[in-house]
Amino acid sequence: MRIDCNHVWQHISAYIEGEVDAGLRAEIDKHLETCELCSAVLDSTRNVVILMADDRVFELPAGFSKRLHQRIDRDLHIAEG
Amino acid sequence: MAARDPEFEADCIRRILAGEKRFFHDLIRPCERAIYFLLLSMLKNEAEAEDAAQETVIKVYINLHLFRGDSQFRTWVLSIARNEGLGRLRKIGTRREESLDAGTDEQTGDYTPAILTSWREIPTDALEQKELGAILRKAVEGLPEIYRNIVILRDIEEMDIRQTSAALGISEAAVKVRLHRARAMLQRELAPQLKAFAPKRKSLFWGRK
Repeated sequence: MRIDCNHVWQHISAYIEGEVDAGLRAEIDKHLETCELCSAVLDSTRNVVILMADDRVFELPAGFSKRLHQRIDRDLHIAEG
Repeated sequence: MAARDPEFEADCIRRILAGEKRFFHDLIRPCERAIYFLLLSMLKNEAEAEDAAQETVIKVYINLHLFRGDSQFRTWVLSIARNEGLGRLRKIGTRREESLDAGTDEQTGDYTPAILTSWREIPTDALEQKELGAILRKAVEGLPEIYRNIVILRDIEEMDIRQTSAALGISEAAVKVRLHRARAMLQRELAPQLKAFAPKRKSLFWGRK
């Protein structure tokens, strides 16, 4: 079975997750060896995933944690009565 | 991101329930980011998300004796956060149609990626440029909510498929489908913008003077 570009795109996310079975992975790998477009789609999609996971992209508002723990202190003491 | 150790969590929970309340700070700290960003994704307002995050944490404390340990603590916490968010959306009557989706993903759409060869990898060092972070945040904010929540938990908070499915109350299959679509949408949205951040070697051919 030969797979085409569209077929590869359908499985890009699962491929990145390591969730495609060995047979399909081998087919995709073979396709990627010769298809520069699909290999760029894979690399760029994986790059998005890597960039998004960096804590610098989504940062908690300044003072968020301090305010949260002050609230915990306040409410837990109230609970103690 | 703080590491989560199930034994440490279980020990904290035992101590808190035995009256050593100060351990609640340590227990909840590794969950703070995920709680806040899930609520921000749902409520789309920073002040409201922070308020809801505080309420969530207090509810976690009050209900801690109900935690059974058959799910992961963070998953359980996030399902409380999600209910807090849903309650607030219902109260203000702004629950959007898109988020009423109960877990079906039959609709077809164009989830094909952008075809390009000019951008393959932007190193994470490029995130020192604030503009890049802003572009990435805007792309996530632009996703429909059912996809945004998945990206927040799976790709930003790096929870696995099973935990994401449990926290959002949808099947693992739905998580996978939505994750796939969300990543394709992000890649397509970001392609024209991220080209500019690609290493210079790649941009020599663009004839920059």
